[in-house]
Amino acid sequence: MPPSPKRSVSRARTTPERQRARAAVEAARTGTNTTTATAELPAADVTLHDEVGTDLVPLGRGHDPDVLDDRRLSDVNEWGRSEHMREIARRLYDPIYRHWFRAEWEGLEHIPTDGGALLVANHAGAIPSDAPVIMHGIETELERPVYGLADNLFRTLPMIGTLWNRLGGLPAHPDNAYRLLREQHQLVLVFPEGSKGPAKTYDERYQLRRFGRGGFVEIAMRAGVPVIPIAVVGAEESMPTLFRIPSVAKALGLPYVPLTANMLVAGPAGIVTYFPAKFKMKVLEPVHFDVPPGQERYSRSRVMDESEAIRDHIQGALYEMLQVRRSVWFG
Amino acid sequence: MSAPADAVTATPTTAAGPTAAGPTERRRVLVTGLGTFWGGRVAQALEDDPNVEVIVGLDTTEPTVELERTEYVRVDANYSILSRIVKATEVDTIIHTFLAVDPTQMSTRAMHEVNVIGTMNLFAAASAPASTVRNVIVKSSTMVYGCAPEDPVWFTEDTPRSRPSKAPIERSLEAVEGYVRDFAEDNPHVNVALLRFSNVIGSELETPLTRLLSLPVVPSMFGYDPRFQFVHEHDVIRSILFAFDHDLPGVFNVAGDGLLPWSEVAALCGKRTIALPPWGTSLLTSPFRTLGIADVPDEYHGLLKYGRGVDNSRLKRFGFRYEYTSSEAIEGFIRSSRLRRTVGDSEPKYKYERDVEQFFRHSPAVHRD
Repeated sequence: MPPSPKRSVSRARTTPERQRARAAVEAARTGTNTTTATAELPAADVTLHDEVGTDLVPLGRGHDPDVLDDRRLSDVNEWGRSEHMREIARRLYDPIYRHWFRAEWEGLEHIPTDGGALLVANHAGAIPSDAPVIMHGIETELERPVYGLADNLFRTLPMIGTLWNRLGGLPAHPDNAYRLLREQHQLVLVFPEGSKGPAKTYDERYQLRRFGRGGFVEIAMRAGVPVIPIAVVGAEESMPTLFRIPSVAKALGLPYVPLTANMLVAGPAGIVTYFPAKFKMKVLEPVHFDVPPGQERYSRSRVMDESEAIRDHIQGALYEMLQVRRSVWFG
Repeated sequence: MSAPADAVTATPTTAAGPTAAGPTERRRVLVTGLGTFWGGRVAQALEDDPNVEVIVGLDTTEPTVELERTEYVRVDANYSILSRIVKATEVDTIIHTFLAVDPTQMSTRAMHEVNVIGTMNLFAAASAPASTVRNVIVKSSTMVYGCAPEDPVWFTEDTPRSRPSKAPIERSLEAVEGYVRDFAEDNPHVNVALLRFSNVIGSELETPLTRLLSLPVVPSMFGYDPRFQFVHEHDVIRSILFAFDHDLPGVFNVAGDGLLPWSEVAALCGKRTIALPPWGTSLLTSPFRTLGIADVPDEYHGLLKYGRGVDNSRLKRFGFRYEYTSSEAIEGFIRSSRLRRTVGDSEPKYKYERDVEQFFRHSPAVHRD
């Protein structure tokens, strides 16, 4: 395609130009027919760069094809995350992180400072306190954003859903994870236990639930990124569920409705108040999968084995951490 | 939904046929929906193309743009005489733009007639035994992906929709895509391109969204601020012509880069938003619709909660370059609405008059190059 003048419908009209364009399309077409979707990705990158390199430079566009030099009034990005909102949240949350939960990290060096990685952690507490702690911790320590994938339930709630989204929350859809990891090289946090983790009662604490259907392993394989397991101690005791009320949950259409110790102690305020349990996070060795990325499917048995191995690894780390923990409140 | 994409993508390229012979072979094109913005503009652009020999345009209404050599044929909404036209004109390319994607402008029944029955007849004509059709380009909408909380932020051409469709417009577009898929499977020698357009915006086209953005205050859903994607009408026409020039095979999303929160879209337009209750919205909006004050179609309630983004990288991979991002597309709309605010609705420059058109096209008195 010749660089076409802006704001006018112009096309390749002369015969050689048409033939050349046709040949290009033909090449792209055979590409699509013979190779898989991701094998084309480098080609897509080239196209994007061409675009920036030739046509769009006069418009004053940046060189990063992912960042659009648009006239914008807010900094809400395509995922709904706003760095500005995130900054405010970090400032408000920092005292809680530092003085209430007194979060401590071990093995933070396992998290890469650039490139995509899928962070996988155990999930606990009636209203899980682990997600904000992990996201805040990594963002302040490593100064790179973390996108948290969570239940779509959040998205359906007015106000809360929007706020959650602005602070880096996304519906847990494989496509979202794939694009973030593979194309944008971001850190993505998932809790493979899903709502089964936070739904468990206090007597089952630190007993990991099933890791879904191993979808997180498949995504990491497809995106060609490592899985980085994180074991979290403290979330369980910050808001322990005494028992669940299934009838209310059913009526409200929620996955579970807990009665927490916090509610017994603090009354209605207990719904949003955490106990000051000491948080300790241990980042485990990254798990690399030696498989070609970009495939449509991966061996089911391999996926399940890897998923189970990661689950065992986190479970083992939790037991180790609990062995050396003297106090729930002081670590 | 993954099926349509796969099936159409799997269509082999045109091995034989008039188009594959190269650009020396002049093309004969049938454009449906000539009276619409889409069809009219596409026909206009095709008239400039020396490789296009014949352009036949169909519609129920007269063209609204000035056309020099396009032959306009008035047909009924469901194209019952189409097979005769296809046979008589020996067209090799059909550009099917006559698909209703705006649920507010016609009844469900009329929409069904236009979309489903019209497309059915079109493909019946195109797949007739002696058919000369080798290329089909169909305009569809990203509405086929639906809108649900479990949706991904970006739909690719292969992403299935999250929930079955309930809205009549989505159902009818799904039926249309079903016909496209069947046609592509049954006629492997025909190159089929299905273009799914995101929210089209620009200086000319009026859509439910542009009507919302033209209100004094822009309706939004309380507590929701979804991200929207737009495609400029100029890129829309360019993408259809691109598909025409390059015989694109398969399904393509057509949408500008970037997503913007609805509140920001309103702010860019210099408007405040007014929050609608997220539950029982229809109860509140229907009196306004009845009174003709404002129309927030039920089909858009979901969109105002969850938005929709589609991945446009496939079309880019084939070499198409967008001239407008989502926010630049909005800018185009804002400029034209500012102008309209000052000078009012401009008079249509062109009025179709049958006898005049016939005279210029066919009278021996007119000197033609």
